[in-house]
Amino acid sequence: MQLAVIALLAVLVLGLVAAGAVVVRHRRKLAVAAPRRPVRPERPITAATQMAQPGSVLSPSAPAEVFPPSAAGPESSDRVEFAVEAFEPVVAPPPSFRDRLSKARAAIAGPFRAILVRPSIDGQTWEELEEALIKADVGVELTRELLDTLRQRAKVAAITEPEALLQALKDELKARLAGADRSLCFEAGTPNVWLFVGVNGVGKTTTVGKVGFHQAQQGRSVLMAAGDTFRAAAAEQLQAWAERAGTDFVRGAEGGDPSSVVFDSVQRAAARGIDLVLADTAGRLHTKSNLMDELAKVRRVAAKEPGRLSEVLLVLDAVTGQNGLVQAQQFTEATELTGVVLTKLDGSAKGGIVLAIEARLGIPVKLVGLGEGINDLVGFDPDEFVDALFD
Amino acid sequence: MFEALSDRFEGIFGRLRNRGRLTEGDIDEVLREIRVALLEADVNLRVVRSFQDRVREALVGEELSRALNPAQQVIKTVHQELVNTLGGETMRITFASRPPTVVLMAGLQGSGKTTTSAKLARWFKSQGRNPLLVAADLQRPAAVEQLRTLARQIDIPVFSAPDEVIRSGTGDPVEVARQCVAEALRLGRDVVIIDTAGRLGIDAELMAQVGQISEVSQPHYTFLVVDAMTGQDAVNVAEAFHATLSLDGVVLTKLDGDARGGAALSVKEVVGKPIAFASTGEKLADFDLFHPDRLAGRILGMGDVLTLIEKAEQVYEQSEAQDAAQALLEGRFTLEDFLQQMQQLKKMGPLSGILGMMPGVPKEVRDAQIDDGHLARIEAIIRSMTTAERTDPAMIDASRRGRIAKGSGTNPQEVQGLVSQFNEMQRLMKRFGGFGSKRTKGSRKDRKNDQKKAKGTSRGGGRVTTKGVVAVPKINLEELAEKEMAKRPGGGLKLPGLNL
Repeated sequence: MQLAVIALLAVLVLGLVAAGAVVVRHRRKLAVAAPRRPVRPERPITAATQMAQPGSVLSPSAPAEVFPPSAAGPESSDRVEFAVEAFEPVVAPPPSFRDRLSKARAAIAGPFRAILVRPSIDGQTWEELEEALIKADVGVELTRELLDTLRQRAKVAAITEPEALLQALKDELKARLAGADRSLCFEAGTPNVWLFVGVNGVGKTTTVGKVGFHQAQQGRSVLMAAGDTFRAAAAEQLQAWAERAGTDFVRGAEGGDPSSVVFDSVQRAAARGIDLVLADTAGRLHTKSNLMDELAKVRRVAAKEPGRLSEVLLVLDAVTGQNGLVQAQQFTEATELTGVVLTKLDGSAKGGIVLAIEARLGIPVKLVGLGEGINDLVGFDPDEFVDALFD
Repeated sequence: MFEALSDRFEGIFGRLRNRGRLTEGDIDEVLREIRVALLEADVNLRVVRSFQDRVREALVGEELSRALNPAQQVIKTVHQELVNTLGGETMRITFASRPPTVVLMAGLQGSGKTTTSAKLARWFKSQGRNPLLVAADLQRPAAVEQLRTLARQIDIPVFSAPDEVIRSGTGDPVEVARQCVAEALRLGRDVVIIDTAGRLGIDAELMAQVGQISEVSQPHYTFLVVDAMTGQDAVNVAEAFHATLSLDGVVLTKLDGDARGGAALSVKEVVGKPIAFASTGEKLADFDLFHPDRLAGRILGMGDVLTLIEKAEQVYEQSEAQDAAQALLEGRFTLEDFLQQMQQLKKMGPLSGILGMMPGVPKEVRDAQIDDGHLARIEAIIRSMTTAERTDPAMIDASRRGRIAKGSGTNPQEVQGLVSQFNEMQRLMKRFGGFGSKRTKGSRKDRKNDQKKAKGTSRGGGRVTTKGVVAVPKINLEELAEKEMAKRPGGGLKLPGLNL
């Protein structure tokens, strides 16, 4: 059967190339675009060659460049003292989830005012509930499921007031989100590795920078590993964060092998007694099998002794729609995700897709990004998140 | 995960076969399915509603021909309506009579503005223009550096604030924008592309800033960069940016993923301006004018034949493909060829992805989880064969089988399985190969002879011939598919992409 399918595919593809080329050529003539002259595209390894700093070697196994922290890094001898000091609240407590969200939400009128003013529950109430969930990117399927449950609940509990109905929906959502472990896993002794993965442009590098800053604040010695060797200037971006947070930093050659950067980072962390390695990775679309394979390799390397891979976090932009679920699925297949970081929740997007991700794949949201400030990355609070969905 | 709209329609139209016209009830049901399909593709709810209304208008009273599959006809109507909504035609870029032509790029954080700016610059360059890139994103660490690195790859100059200002983080993007036109004139550049920092539509301060940038640079084109994966919020974003900047168009990025890209429809509807460009890959060359019809098919989950063809073209030489298809259909196809084809296929990404792009692939096949690991096993087995064995699998006896199994780390049964499946396939293909001419020419033997003579002449089937090359693969492809599908419930292979 499989062979037949593959053969069929081969024939179809071949046929399409042969037959379709005619169509495409014809269409191209029509299009305003100049003929596509594919400059043999490639990942910019050549660019890396020009870019490479003097002294750095380009072979993948070349030792990564290492930057000690700009401030005098905590040596292993005075680590305890450092830790004790740092547990004092150094910065003002981060703003609450709700403060942040309400600022954003004020900008758009919530769809729920309308529901609450109506005296009784009618067809329109249900429609508006559905609308609110869909507009929050919860997705058609889960929305239906939630509303079916809610209908039963309303019947059983004899709910007649729209406000009570809304409350029941919130309770249902909160109950679904309750119970998941949302703490970031850390085990003292060996260098812990937290790996950050995701598609392009979701904010991985920024997240690594902020997490590193907070962990350093909490007294852990941190090393940031610039595993994004592909995007131009990604390492510089992370280096800026590392300098700001006063953490250790390791980078490789641009276009080099990300696994080797992670490997070197873990080695260095072990040698220097560093607690936590935060590994950034290049953004990649989950449909690119070669890049997903590369990521699986990074994961394997990160999990090797003496490192201890304790978190694999999917960074997800709150603006993402239904594709977020597919992303989570593909990334967890490649790297066994342990959690989700939901970024850019301070915009008008509500990030409802994480509900679908938790419901379908059981991957908990652990952190949310509520702004550009260094303190705006906070722990995920399900109750406040649910309330914000319906603000 | 997502069901193609055509699959959804099957159920509705199953009981409709004998009627020529859709009733109100049928239409309602159809519209409900369209709604779900569009919502799953992230089209904004509000936009879905207005779209539904338009489709209803188009469907009411439409005469359905009995000869055709009614589901197909409705999909065609919906598809056409989508294409109309998306803008119908590709955008035409004109250039200012007094250069430079200024282009301003704006968007949310992470939508891909910097990369897109570089891609756009490359595109302009390929049109014979001399672009200047302007780095007005002084906010994100190393954003200027990123643009410079990209610009170096395409040999285009970058203008920004002085280095020490950038490093100090106090640079004023408005000032950069104010100076960039003069700089372009000085350098003799006729297109200026301004990359701005990402910002949220609800951030009043930053929106005012981008408004100022626009004021001082007086752009001829202002593009909103939108991630194809954007969800329902796309509408709010587009509205906010449009209110401040009065957009001229949209650039859709990250279309190379599997997001259905409904956000494009939402944005188009709200802004009323065309989607000008689409970015379909990480490489700087993966960028071109936008084709609404392709996206329409994608939003509806109909597959994306044209993209598939382009993808295939990158991997296959056309003549090579034709030869291979011919060989396959004539039964001259050996395991060696099969191995080659498999490797080409693999280059196009995971099989399930290719299948997803293929329209009208029956649900059973699409869902038949094809494991790419299985490919590796097949490959190992074939690679463990000698050339002679690959050409003539019949010579593989028990002893050879044992050796091949050992060599490939499989067992003799698997080897035997592969060989017999291959034989089966070959027989099947030969039958399909002969099928094309049977209708018009009778026996298979006739056809064989016919084909020898046929080089350079048009055959009875009367299909496309270009410059004397008989388009055999096309004929047989369709008929092959027809026959293959006829064996399956809910059959009928549809290639809407090719009927455009």
